[in-house]
Amino acid sequence: MSELVPEPRPKPAVPMKPMSINSNLLGYIGIDTIIEQMRKKTMKTGFDFNIMVVGQSGLGKSTLVNTLFKSQVSRKASSWNREEKIPKTVEIKAIGHVIEEGGVKMKLTVIDTPGFGDQINNENCWEPIEKYINEQYEKFLKEEVNIARKKRIPDTRVHCCLYFISPTGHSVPWSGGSGRVGEDKVALTVLLFLGPSLRPLDLEFMKHLSKVVNIIPVIAKADTMTLEEKCEFKQRVRKELEVNGIEFYPQKEFDEDLEDKTENDKIRQESMPFAVVGSDKEYQVNGKRVLGRKTPWGIIEVENLNHCEFALLRDFVIRTHLQDLKEVTHNIHYETYRAKRLNDNGGLPPVSVDTEESHDSNP
Amino acid sequence: MDKEYVGFAALPNQLHRKSVKKGFDFTLMVAGESGLGKSTLINSLFLTNLYEDRQVPEASARLSQTLTIERRGVEIEERGVKVKLTLVDTPGFGDSVDCSDCWLPVVKFIEEQFEQYLRDESGLNRKNIQDSRVHCCLYFISPFGRGLRPLDVAFLRAVHEKVNIIPVIGKADALLPQETQALKQKIRDQLKEEEIHIYQFPECDSDEDEDFKRQDAEMKESIPFAVVGSCEVVRDGRNRPVRGRRYSWGTVEVENPHHCDFLNLRRMLVQTHLQDLKEVTHDLLYEGYRARCLQSLARPGARDRASRSKLSRQSATEIPLPMVPLADTEKLIREKDEELRRMQEMLEKMQAQMQQSQAQGEQSDAL
Repeated sequence: MSELVPEPRPKPAVPMKPMSINSNLLGYIGIDTIIEQMRKKTMKTGFDFNIMVVGQSGLGKSTLVNTLFKSQVSRKASSWNREEKIPKTVEIKAIGHVIEEGGVKMKLTVIDTPGFGDQINNENCWEPIEKYINEQYEKFLKEEVNIARKKRIPDTRVHCCLYFISPTGHSVPWSGGSGRVGEDKVALTVLLFLGPSLRPLDLEFMKHLSKVVNIIPVIAKADTMTLEEKCEFKQRVRKELEVNGIEFYPQKEFDEDLEDKTENDKIRQESMPFAVVGSDKEYQVNGKRVLGRKTPWGIIEVENLNHCEFALLRDFVIRTHLQDLKEVTHNIHYETYRAKRLNDNGGLPPVSVDTEESHDSNP
Repeated sequence: MDKEYVGFAALPNQLHRKSVKKGFDFTLMVAGESGLGKSTLINSLFLTNLYEDRQVPEASARLSQTLTIERRGVEIEERGVKVKLTLVDTPGFGDSVDCSDCWLPVVKFIEEQFEQYLRDESGLNRKNIQDSRVHCCLYFISPFGRGLRPLDVAFLRAVHEKVNIIPVIGKADALLPQETQALKQKIRDQLKEEEIHIYQFPECDSDEDEDFKRQDAEMKESIPFAVVGSCEVVRDGRNRPVRGRRYSWGTVEVENPHHCDFLNLRRMLVQTHLQDLKEVTHDLLYEGYRARCLQSLARPGARDRASRSKLSRQSATEIPLPMVPLADTEKLIREKDEELRRMQEMLEKMQAQMQQSQAQGEQSDAL
């Protein structure tokens, strides 16, 4: 991550009074232009964003990612193609694209996980995913620890994991769990499981991976639920995640100040998980061209907040929290991994000078 | 008295009256992952609230990962005809992380019903045999997948020779019309590829009119049925009360053939093929089971000794009727064959007598 060192302050023409904040009374210094300078730098270098999508096949993952980034960044598993078989184990497929908007270049990598949750026995199907995420951390760590390291370490770490919840799940308490269950937990769980909610697989995945990567749970194909059903389902999912101690992004413990906390609280307690509908087809509604799904009983508009929460998800991931996602990944998840690695090895991992890779920093 | 009129044209009416008095019983099984709208559909189909008092079983009861089989019965009466409908539910199917062999309890249940019937049929008191065999299985497929999932295929292959399967796509309002067509075609292709035999709706009689034949063909083409269920009454576009689901972008009407295949399913299952389903269960599936079972008993060998002892153990614990000693099963079969032959002879004699009396009647008229 590139850090800009602020330019040394020019000597003030007038001696500065102590504790004065309104420096424009004394003369304009120009410190605030640093924001503009950072922006220009970012525009020149561009930035990386890696997003992973996890969920059973057919939940509309690729369509949603395409809709999010308004371009064909994810190749849809051709739905009715007979040759496309469900892979026997979870595969990890990373596809990179460069997209540009307003002069800013983004190198977007979409990591797909076909085969997740599609088998009869899905035990430990999250392991290939966990392994992949840790491998990216390892790659970054190796690079960071090099003697002659690259100016800008290529960042392949997963910044965000969209987990797709099926809108038809039902739960079974303690499937695969061991140990005794407390009395009050039994009572609470009986109350919780009166309707659709998370499946055991969803809980297992999120339990294992919420400590390793930022997980944003998303309710897929939300056009099968009426407003009341949606509300109930979301409440139940939030409750279940809480009961199981699963922290999805934005995590409560990483709220930096009050402003963050209030903003994130509202998102955590009301909007998430976002109930989304994706589409890449446009229709004419009220004179406007909108993305939607045309059913015999009406047109579902993807960006209409009365129909689904796609706009909220998009704003959240791209327009407000993109940088934060990267920061939490770097400052917290990656650091956790690094600390663990250092502790395990009793020191730094073996240092190697890579001769295959050319370093332009070599004099 | 009318000369040509013998009177057995009234036989169907007699049968009809007898069966109306006796009532029908029908056992329907619903299977598929949770959350696909099975209960809502059953309530919509039979216009009852069968799942009103559905209790979530105690959490401790669900701790074990095995699938449970639940039975609930209801008596429905319509225009004097009583139907005793038994619903078999399979809660927990496909819910766990590891669903291997989760269909085995279902297969075991179906075979147990056959076994019970076989024992009843072979027993001494056959007046009131309760037919608890599963006549039809509605298998719910998720609209979100890309066709049949591995679990679906495994389940269907385990039960297709033991019960009539009608595949159904649940929560079909998740799909656009073109998506529905594509999914149906994919499922049909997969069923053919995996050689799964679903219930074949019989051909309509050649003397039916063209309209009926066309409708019949249309209905057959729409298998698997894409259904939406609802027990709520909402207002449709023309402000009429209909059963449906209201969304912010429109209202799905359950009974609108342009919205889903609910009407087709109801017509084919309840209105026209209830009896055929029972017959196929009895004539084809049960007979198949019976033949396999008796053949394995008749052949000597270590394997059969095991199955024989299994049968006797079960008989010892379960039959309230006087136990039939196993060595006599062969004798029983022979006795029944004898009985059948005697009955056939009697029938032939009766037919001959009728023909004679007819001929005599004609003679007396000619005079």
